[in-house]
Amino acid sequence: MLVFDLALKSLRNRAFSTSLTVGSIALSVALLIGVENVRVGMRESFSNTISQTDLIVGTKGGTIQLLLYSVFGMGAPTENVSWEAYREWADHPAVEWTIPYGLGDSHRGFRVIGTNEDFYRHYRYRGGQQIALAEGRANEGLFDVTLGADVATELSYALGDEIAVTHGLGEVGFINHDHMPFTVTGVLAKTFTPVDRAIYVTLEGMEAIHWEDGAPPASDDGHAHDEAEAESPPADDGHVHDDEAEAAPADDGHAHDDEAEAAHDDDDHAHDDEEEAAHDEDGHDHDDDGDAHDDEAAAEAQAAPADDGHAHDDEAEAQAAPADDGHAHAEDLSIEDVEVTQVTSFFVGTTNRRDVLQLQREINDFEDEPMMAVIPGVALNEMWQGLAYAETGLRLVAIFVVLVGLLGMLVSLYTSLNERRREMAILRAVGAGPNRIITLLVLESLCLASAGALAGLTLVYALLAIAQPLVEAQAGLFIPIRPPGSIELLFLGAVVLAGFLMGFVPALKAYRTALHDGLAVRV
Amino acid sequence: MSLAIDLRRLRFRYGGGPWVLDIPELTLERGTRAFLFGPSGSGKTTLLGVLAGVLEAEEGEVRVLGEDLASLSGAQRDAFRAEHIGYVFQMFNLIPYLSVLDNIALPARMNAERRARLDGTGVRETATQLADHLQIGDLLKKPVTELSVGQQQRVAACRALIGSPELIVADEPTSSLDFDRREAFLELLFQECERAGATLVFVSHDRTLEGMFSRTISLPDVNKAVL
Repeated sequence: MLVFDLALKSLRNRAFSTSLTVGSIALSVALLIGVENVRVGMRESFSNTISQTDLIVGTKGGTIQLLLYSVFGMGAPTENVSWEAYREWADHPAVEWTIPYGLGDSHRGFRVIGTNEDFYRHYRYRGGQQIALAEGRANEGLFDVTLGADVATELSYALGDEIAVTHGLGEVGFINHDHMPFTVTGVLAKTFTPVDRAIYVTLEGMEAIHWEDGAPPASDDGHAHDEAEAESPPADDGHVHDDEAEAAPADDGHAHDDEAEAAHDDDDHAHDDEEEAAHDEDGHDHDDDGDAHDDEAAAEAQAAPADDGHAHDDEAEAQAAPADDGHAHAEDLSIEDVEVTQVTSFFVGTTNRRDVLQLQREINDFEDEPMMAVIPGVALNEMWQGLAYAETGLRLVAIFVVLVGLLGMLVSLYTSLNERRREMAILRAVGAGPNRIITLLVLESLCLASAGALAGLTLVYALLAIAQPLVEAQAGLFIPIRPPGSIELLFLGAVVLAGFLMGFVPALKAYRTALHDGLAVRV
Repeated sequence: MSLAIDLRRLRFRYGGGPWVLDIPELTLERGTRAFLFGPSGSGKTTLLGVLAGVLEAEEGEVRVLGEDLASLSGAQRDAFRAEHIGYVFQMFNLIPYLSVLDNIALPARMNAERRARLDGTGVRETATQLADHLQIGDLLKKPVTELSVGQQQRVAACRALIGSPELIVADEPTSSLDFDRREAFLELLFQECERAGATLVFVSHDRTLEGMFSRTISLPDVNKAVL
């Protein structure tokens, strides 16, 4: 007990180097535990997002990609499957229920998801919990929307608010369909899953978003819209050029670079004011010199405005153009007037789980359309396996950082020994044997490592508490704050043990010095 | 058993080096106030190390307070020192991170026998009492780094005396004090040694203090290793 008291007082006496040492160990431990916590938390968060779904079905492509866009709202879907194909599988005898999803659109950075009442009935998360409404009612009408909890909070929307939906997944979509306003009819209860960050409309509403100019297409089925939904819109669509780069990715060939402007020549709608806004953000030279389109350079760069003589200086006219096209009657439509032609993916619950593999095989072999079914757990595992290298790498880095922190402690203790030879001689003189000298130094090292480990643990939880809402807002991932698990405790134990063992290095040195010095400090 | 120190044919050297100590015979009666005199390099501090059982004689017999140190293990010698010997250094006597009180109390906390000899008085009380005797009672709460050298030496004396060890070994404790303070310090040290019935071995290279002691030992005369 005396030696422990001495160790503590000695450490306190060297408060500055002690706190630096503890601090560096704490930071390294925080990194180690933090990496572990985030790793486990992410896995938990991901696997909590989907529950009781046996298969996720979409068009052929990457299994992880299908999982990411249909469950986690990450990445963009590629192709859709036809409504007929969906119905065929939904009516399959082995299938108990399905949830169809239409994806690919957004509203102010939040994903808009088309689905139907099956979503409310069958979707399960975190051990079988069901979607619940916090207020209002589920969307039923063509222009009804239900908001995820975070969407309502972050955009400050209330029941009855009208919102517009952007085609494509851009964060800053311009208001493309403001002639088709959706009305908020319900807000979902918080789930701590990506559901909180999505906006739900009916499949029919989703279909309506993609009408070329705000009105249902003439009865012909071969309308260009079918492709437009999943892919980037074709060039003959007057509105698409208005979109930001996010909405019209470079690989679709009609981005806003100058070469592409030529394509606008024949296009009456091309230069409405929104496009100008978009160009302004692009840093196009016509706003650098301030006098917009009278500028020659600008006129050259944008051959179209000069040629078609369209009055794009006139903002009112430009803005009015889409609405004036004579399609402003969308509000009058009801859900019965709309025919759903496709879905992006759908979740499947089987009557008997033994049928899952057979059903998966059948879907994968479906001949009418290229389709693919994945088992969520299997796809998740595949994803974790893909990430395992990165995780191991991160963990290794963290372990090395901890070693560096402990080595820093070793250096600090070791270099202090020379100044402490006098102290050791005094302790010897009052009867401390070499064992006590060793114990003293090992205890000091042990104290430093333990204090560092504890401080690191505290730091991790403080940081997690701060980071949790940020990560949720940025990535839609809810990292649960859990009490330290066995792995964390193992790490902490290892750090303390390593500190204890490392303490023997300065201790043995002090022991030898003390034996050699005797009662005089002999250099 | 009346001898405090009884050395026969003692030979000591560091490692394989030249002999530092070669003492055919040296004895000291209990209760003596001995002045051990010798110039620098005559092996004074080494002899003290041997007496305290920190250094082990290569040859000969070392009996301290009747105990044959050669027959004791290292740990036993440490325990023996803790129990029976009070040690005062020339300077830098104190552990910087302990208070004055804790420095004085250290041997009593280190060794149960020393603690037992406090006669039921607590460690704190005894330390305070000793500090009062050596006129540093008002410094107990101070950090040792704020003390003057003279004050530090008195604290060291208190530490050596606590728990009434039979042998007090002082290695030039006054060399950093001016003359008046030396005398005052010695008076107090004698007084406390007498009170405890302790033998005092006082080492110095300064013969001016010689007259205050009951016996003088000239190390160059007894140590054949010094030529």
